[in-house]
Parts: sequence; structure tokens; C-alpha cells
Amino acid sequence: MCGVFFFLLVFPWFGLDIGGTLVKLVYFEPKDITAEEEEEEVENLKSIRKYLTSNVAYGSTGIRDVHLELKDLTLCGRKGNLHFIRFPTHDMPAFIQMGSEKHFSSLHTTLCATGGGAYKFEQDFRTVGDLQLCKLDELDCLIKGVLYIDSVGFNGDSECYYFENPTDSEKCQKLPFNLENPYPLLLVNIGSGVSILAVYSKDNYKRVTGTSFGNMMSKEKRESVSKEDLARATLITITNNIGSIARMCALNENINRVVFVGNFLRINTISMRLLAYALDYWSKGQLKALFLEHEGYFGAVGAFLELLNSA
Amino acid sequence: MAERGGRGTSSGGDSSLDKSITLPPDEIFRNLENAKCFAIDIGNRTGASGAAAVEDGWWLCLLRETAGTGSEWRAGHVGKCSPAEPSAHCLKLETDYGSRSAPRLAGGAGHDGSCGPEALPGVDKEDVMTCLIKGCNFVLKNIPHEVFAYQKDSDTEFRFQTNHPNIFPYLLVNIGSGVSIVKVETGDKFEWIGGSSIGGGTFWGLGALLTKTKKFDELLQLASKGQHTNVDMLVKDVYGGAYQTLGLSGNLIASSFGKSATADKEFSKDDMAKSLLHMISNDIGQLACLYAKLHNLHKIYFGGFFIRGHPVTMRTITYSINFFSKGEVQALFLRHEGYLGAIGAFLKGAEQDNPNEYSWGENYAGSSGLMSPSPDLCPMQRARSGTFDMFEMDRLERPLVNLPLLKDPSTYIPDTVDLTDDAMARKYWLTCFEEALDGVVKRAMASQPDSIDAAERAEKFRQKYWNKLQTLRQQPFAYGTLTVRSLLDTREHCLNEFSFPDPYSKVKQKENGIALKCFPSVIESLDSLGWEERQFALVKGLLAGNVFDWGAKAVSEVLESEPQFGFEEAKEKLQGIENHSVASCLCEGPPHKCALIFADNSGIDIILGVFPFVRELLSRGSEVILACNSGPALNDVTYSESLIVTERIAAMDPIIQSALMEERLLLVQTGSSSPCLDLSRLDKGLALLVRERKTDLVIIEGMGRAIHTNYYAALQCESLKLAVIKNSWLADRLGGKIFSVIFKYEVPLK
Repeated sequence: MCGVFFFLLVFPWFGLDIGGTLVKLVYFEPKDITAEEEEEEVENLKSIRKYLTSNVAYGSTGIRDVHLELKDLTLCGRKGNLHFIRFPTHDMPAFIQMGSEKHFSSLHTTLCATGGGAYKFEQDFRTVGDLQLCKLDELDCLIKGVLYIDSVGFNGDSECYYFENPTDSEKCQKLPFNLENPYPLLLVNIGSGVSILAVYSKDNYKRVTGTSFGNMMSKEKRESVSKEDLARATLITITNNIGSIARMCALNENINRVVFVGNFLRINTISMRLLAYALDYWSKGQLKALFLEHEGYFGAVGAFLELLNSA
Repeated sequence: MAERGGRGTSSGGDSSLDKSITLPPDEIFRNLENAKCFAIDIGNRTGASGAAAVEDGWWLCLLRETAGTGSEWRAGHVGKCSPAEPSAHCLKLETDYGSRSAPRLAGGAGHDGSCGPEALPGVDKEDVMTCLIKGCNFVLKNIPHEVFAYQKDSDTEFRFQTNHPNIFPYLLVNIGSGVSIVKVETGDKFEWIGGSSIGGGTFWGLGALLTKTKKFDELLQLASKGQHTNVDMLVKDVYGGAYQTLGLSGNLIASSFGKSATADKEFSKDDMAKSLLHMISNDIGQLACLYAKLHNLHKIYFGGFFIRGHPVTMRTITYSINFFSKGEVQALFLRHEGYLGAIGAFLKGAEQDNPNEYSWGENYAGSSGLMSPSPDLCPMQRARSGTFDMFEMDRLERPLVNLPLLKDPSTYIPDTVDLTDDAMARKYWLTCFEEALDGVVKRAMASQPDSIDAAERAEKFRQKYWNKLQTLRQQPFAYGTLTVRSLLDTREHCLNEFSFPDPYSKVKQKENGIALKCFPSVIESLDSLGWEERQFALVKGLLAGNVFDWGAKAVSEVLESEPQFGFEEAKEKLQGIENHSVASCLCEGPPHKCALIFADNSGIDIILGVFPFVRELLSRGSEVILACNSGPALNDVTYSESLIVTERIAAMDPIIQSALMEERLLLVQTGSSSPCLDLSRLDKGLALLVRERKTDLVIIEGMGRAIHTNYYAALQCESLKLAVIKNSWLADRLGGKIFSVIFKYEVPLK
């Protein structure tokens, strides 16, 4: 389906996951560019590379998660770094506009994209950006991304971790978890909504359930109760809810390892510790909550991997 | 009625919370001075976290039993309001009225990690879950049409279920402030298997924060007007259409409140309330479904006081359960969802009285029924205070059971026409009962000429029943499936409430007297006939007797205008009786072992119609069980009246006399006080006798028992259903004339 083949896969290498709230972008920066290559590199491509790698913020809303950068990966014979960038979905039109202004289409690259936005914005990519999207299933991408990133590790550390003593802020410890034998696995993706997948092997998985009750956000505030209290109560309520649904699914599927991913968990230790505690407590130690460092980027990574596969 | 209940007002502030406790004292405290014991169920009182602005309790339930005198029937009584000041109120009740036994308290339900039941000072704390399950089992067993499924976009949104003899196992999802999920396997065996902190309190709390509306029902009101798609992020908002690979429709909610995070605009209160209701209902549905699947259960009942018959909530929960279980699990709702804990607490408190040995019936007069959530739709009931709701039950003296001869008790439906389904029939019957009301009021007054307040009470009765009829016009489903039977029973209950227990007692006595005088001559003329002629004459007499029904307008008019109208005149009126060879079918062949006869009216009907027929059966060597109502209804003969009548006849007739002595003629009570007949709720003594005497023929007489109910009832033995159609609309519908006879003789296939 991704019909663009070249003898060498043309740069730039992107993977895109366009969710309901956030767009996640994975970009591979080749570090082994020869002087010859550098000379031949078209101006557009160079400017993209420089722009993406020399900044940590793009426009008013785009952010590069520098701490997640994966260094010295070898992919398709090339060495380089993998960058992780995100921006809100409502800026998608501006992003496409920028692609058009920078003549992205002249680079003849394939843009692999997943998430609902790959469908929703396909038309815009074509008409505004003159770009043909390669649309990929988001659950396929998610699982591929998780397995890949876990296998390469996090710059020498473990990608996967869990919490010991999650309720005790003094004793609570984040410890590495070896996910070498990952199956079966319950994968809980908490984005705008929640998807729960039972994964039995690389290609064998099913969507167990989904819920619309994910990362609920509301602007309403009231004077009588402090914003902080309200925010915390809402966070705890939603987290407990997700935990209990995940636990039920794990029981129904007879799986005891539950991996939580998705941007809901970004800088959200409260939720992670609560999930860890709730799963352990209610299952009487039978279930283990696991987390991954690259939280919300697995879909984009999966899309990115598809690009490499197509070569 | 809209006056405050004295202790309802508290600080006098304009907080909406203290207004809603207004109770109509003349209703809720009715008979309380006689209370032997009452139960209180107060919801979760915990102010929980800062997020839930639930400062006070959820609801208050009162349930009490009035101690009757001797063998009189006793009534249980539940009232309820929400939101309330629970502690103040329930303790006041206790001190003010000094109940003889300690009130029972069922507290809020514990859930994931948080609070357990909390005690109120000075009140016994009961095991919450035990009460809840006891209450649930109780309504499932005792209250007809307690359970219903909700069907979206259907003419009859409420699909009431018949009470299945075996109610177990099931999953009970009790939605209070939080949610409790209980697996129930038998009456004694149940297990709390899970819960959630996202429940009614969450809806209330978050709803209050979002909309600044503090009243629960107002929040529901807002929700019913809102458009959740303005606030929620749908699949199509993410995908631009449906998510094909997963088969998810574009209209599915992808993220509750998802739009409000990024869209820079004000959201309407209605839309937010709707979205919140959807979110919580969906969540509860999803969780319930996961538990049901894990424990291999197919029925989920929803209790608590969250749903309140609100269509949006039921639709969302039903949708969610169907969606997640792919149709394997059924979401079922309860008409008395909010009373389970209180009923259970009451039963527990009354355990020394062995409450399980009795049967109970819903009192339609004392119960407010399933309300419409919209006050616009239902001005009558909401004219009172906020969300006041009542449930009254009559405790029957003896347990009720199935007629052992029912072919399939689990599929037996007593009522012939479902008026909730049949809009035309519903209109006709409601109008019919409205038009008959004047006559009933007059009759009620006339029955108590010596009472000074009879006129006043009769007027109150008129108002009450009229209001019930208007409610039923707007909400036919208020008391379960609407039927002619429920309309008749409601009238009886309303008459009782205003102390007109037996408006026809004088009429019945007079008519019995007249008919008894005619008895010897009727017997004499029958005895002079040949066998075949006599069989025909007996059946004709049975039918002619059934003309004498004060419940039918066409007849009461004749009886009032023509005092001379008698047995012979009635025979003249009958239509389609000319050729009834079937009459002899019944009497040919070997005699029956034992016949069970459900009698209808007093006077000519029982004395000149039924008794000669009974006498014939007896002389053929059959035994006869004559079953009459336990309590009065219209001019139907009651059990106690049948005893007197039989004694008088026995004095005149040696056949009856010896059959009585030899116990070949047995008089029993049905356990009912209705002009209709529910064969699944009959007196246990009757059922025992039917089995013991190996009954092989059942005769059901009268419009109420053989047409409005039981017309399609399938029995294991021979049966005869007979009646005279004394209503021209019904006759039209059945394709005949008024005073046509129904004579339905059925022999089951071997």
C-alpha cells in the first residue's frame, strides 16, 4: 500500500500519530551523513533537519521531548537519533500549511500516519500540502511501537518500569522491568479516550474494550473549592476508574501484566502510582502495572517503522 | 398537600437543599401512630472529597408496618424524599413517634478503597449489603412488574417482565453516591465483587460544579435538554467519519468532554449535564458488563436512586451493556430501585414476625409510581415538594403461590390486553373508568349513610382516583404494565384508603337475600328437566347469573332503573346462547375427580348460577372447591360471605348439606381482593387443596377473571372460562354484541 519505493529510502523519515487531542511526531535524524551527502542534501531537507533538531519548541504549542530522545540507533543501515515531538491536534491545519510552504512534497517522501487524524486530515494533506498520506491502523502501530522501543531500550536503560511501594512517598521506588517475554500482555492506552488491547503475540491481539472516559478535561472552576483540590479529585477519580476497568479486563482475559501507555500519564506520577497501587491491592498481588518511558509516542513510532518496512 | 411537614424547614436560608424535604404529613405519616416498626435507609452521608459537593445524604426512606387488629391485614409503608437532612429527620421520627422497636439503618455502600457504612448516633447499624439484597430479592419475588427492560425508540419504552419463579443468579449494581456491584446466587448467598466511586454522587457533585445547579432532579432536567455532541469528542471528530477497521460508528463518544479541552467557547449547562450523565452511565454500564461477563451472569439489575426512571440514563446504560456484551447481558431496571435498602432493613427488623412467610402486594393508592423525570410531563405528582416519592405495600395474611395447574408458570401472564401497548384500548378504558367514577362515588357515599364524613371522604376518593387516571394517561407505565386489572385494583385501593372497604356490602346482602328465596324454585325447575336439557339450562343459568355485575355500567344502569330485573330477565338478555352443545361436552364422560370454581358476583350469580351447577357436579360424584375473594371488590362474593351463603343453601338442600359434611364441597379463599384473577398469586391453602384433591377441572367465571385476565391462560387440566360481555366496546372488539357470552372450554393436549 505504501507504494513509493526507492533504492534508498529517501529522507526525511517521519512517523505521525494524529490523535483526538495531540499529534505525536517521531523524526529520525541521521548522524552518519557524509560530507558528500551533506553537499547533495537539498535545501528543503536540510532546513527541516536543522529546524527540528536545533529547536525544542515549535511555534507556540509544539514541543520536543528532549529527555526522550533515543541516541545512536541503527535503522536500515543508517545511524542516527530518534526525536519525539508533539503539538495539539487543533494546530494540524497550521502544520499542513507549513508543510506546503516548505514544499515538503518536493522531497518525494512518504508520510506514514496513524490515529483518527490520518483519516480526518487526509483530504487536507492532499489538497493543501500536495501530500499523499500512508494511513496505518492505530492499534497495529501502537503494538509495533511498544515492542520496538522496548527492544532497543532507553539509551542503555530499561524502557519498561514499575513502582514498588507506590503508596509510600518515602519508600516508593521506580524499578526497571524486563519485558523480554512480553506475551500475553494487556495494553491500556489512555489518550483522549481509552483503548484496551489483549496482546498474545506480535500479530495476534484484540481490542477488549474501549471507553470514552479518559483524559477528561473541563474548564469550569468554582470559587468555593480550590482548583487544586478539584483537579486532584478529578484526576484520582478518572485514574481509579481506568484502573478498575483495566483490572476487570485483565481478569476476563486471564492476563496478569498490564502495560499503561498514552499521554494521560505524561508527568503524571500521581496516576501511575495510583494505578500501580490499585491493581496490586484489588488483585491481591496478582496483577502488575507496568509503564513505559515513551508514554504517548508508540503509535507514531509504529507508523515510523512502517515507513522503514516499506523500503 | 403541598404544605410543609413541620420539621422540614431548617435554617430558613434559601438553600435549595432544605426546601426539598417538604413532606406531606397526612400522607407519609398516615397510620404512623400505629407503627410497630419502621426502617430508614439513608444513603452515603460522606461528604467524600472536595470534588463532590454532596454535603448531605442522598435520600431518606421510611418504611413502616402498621399493626393491625387481630386478623386484619397489615400494611407496610415506605416514603422517601431526596435530597434530605437524614440524621435530623430520621431521629426526629424516632423520638416524636416513639417506635417500639429500634429503627434500622442501612448506610451508604462502600466502594473501591473508600468509605464504608457510617452510623448515625442512636440508630442501629445494619449490614448494608444484607439489607440491599434482602430488599432486592423481596421486590423481585413480591412486586408484579417490578422489573423492566428499556427499549429505545419503541412505542413501549418500558418492557415489564413477568416475575420468574427463579430469580437467581443475578448481578445487582447499586448506584448510590458510589456504585456497589454484588453477585447474588441465592437468598442467603451473595458477594460484593466490586464497585466504583463514580456514581450518583459524582453526577451530582460534578454536575453542580459544571452547571451551578444544586438539585439532582434539575440536573437531570438539564441533561434531558442537552446535546452531548457539543461537548464530547466523537469518533467522527477524530476520524472525520466512522472508524472502519474497528467497526466503531462515527457517533460514538471517543472522549467525554473531549471538546471542552481545546474549543475556546462557553458550553451550555444543558450540554454539559447531558455529557456528564452519558459519561457516568456509560461507565457504570461498562463496569457492570465486565463483572457480569467475569462471573458468567446474564441479568443485571440496577438499584440505588440514581436512575429514577430517567430515559437518558436508562438508554445509555442499556446501550452500553448491549454494546460491551454484544447482547449477551441484559440490563434490567427496577420500579422501586431506591427502596431496596429500606425494604431490606425493614424485613430484617421484622424478622421475628417471619416476613418471608407472608406475601405482599403493591398498594396503588399509596404508591406514587414510576415518575416521569420531567415535571412538565407530570404536573400532578410534582405539585408536591421536590422529589418526594412513596411506596406502600399491603402485607397479606398468608403466602401466595402459583396455581399448581398452570401449564408453565414462568410464561404465564394473567392479563389479556396490555394497555401500555394498545393505545386505543388504553384510551377507551381510561375514559370508561373516568365516566364510571361518579357512580362509584355515589355508591361509596350511599354505603355509609350514618357516617358524617362519608361525603367528604368520597370526594377525596374521587380526587385521588381521578389523579391516578390522569397520571396513567401520561405515564401508562407508572405502575408496571397498565391493564384493566390494574385500573380496577387501583380503584379498590383508593376506596380502601378513604375507608370505603366494601361499598357494595348492603347491595350484596340484599341481593343474597332475594336470590336465596328463589333458590328452591330454580332447583325444582332444573330437576324437572331431562339430563341434556338440564345441562344446557345449568350453563345458561351460570351465564345469566353472571349478568349481575355492578362493575359493568350497562348492568348497573339496568339494575338501578329496573328494580324488578331478575334471573329470567337476564336469561333473555343473553346473546349467542341458543346452541351450546359444548355445554354437554363438559358433562359427558366420566365425572371429574374435583372441580375448582372461581366465583364472581354475589347474589343471583353465585346462588342461582353457580350453586345449581356445583350441585350437579356433586351429584355426579365430583368434588368441588369453591374459591372466593379474600377481601371485597365490587359486588364480588367474598370468602366470608360464601360461608354464610353456603350455610343457608345447605339448610335448604340436602345434596349441598351432605357434600359439606363429607368435605366434598370445600370453600376456600383466593388470597385476592381484586375483581380480576392472577393465577400466579393464589392463597397457599387453595394450592395445597387443589393438589391434594387432584383437581382436574378449573372453571373461571366473569369478565374480570376470564376475559380481562386468564383468557389465554393455559392449564394442565380441562378448563372452562365463561363470562357475559357487559361492555359494548369490548363486545365490538371481540366481534359480538353486548351480552354476548364467552364460553371457552379447553382440553389440554395429552
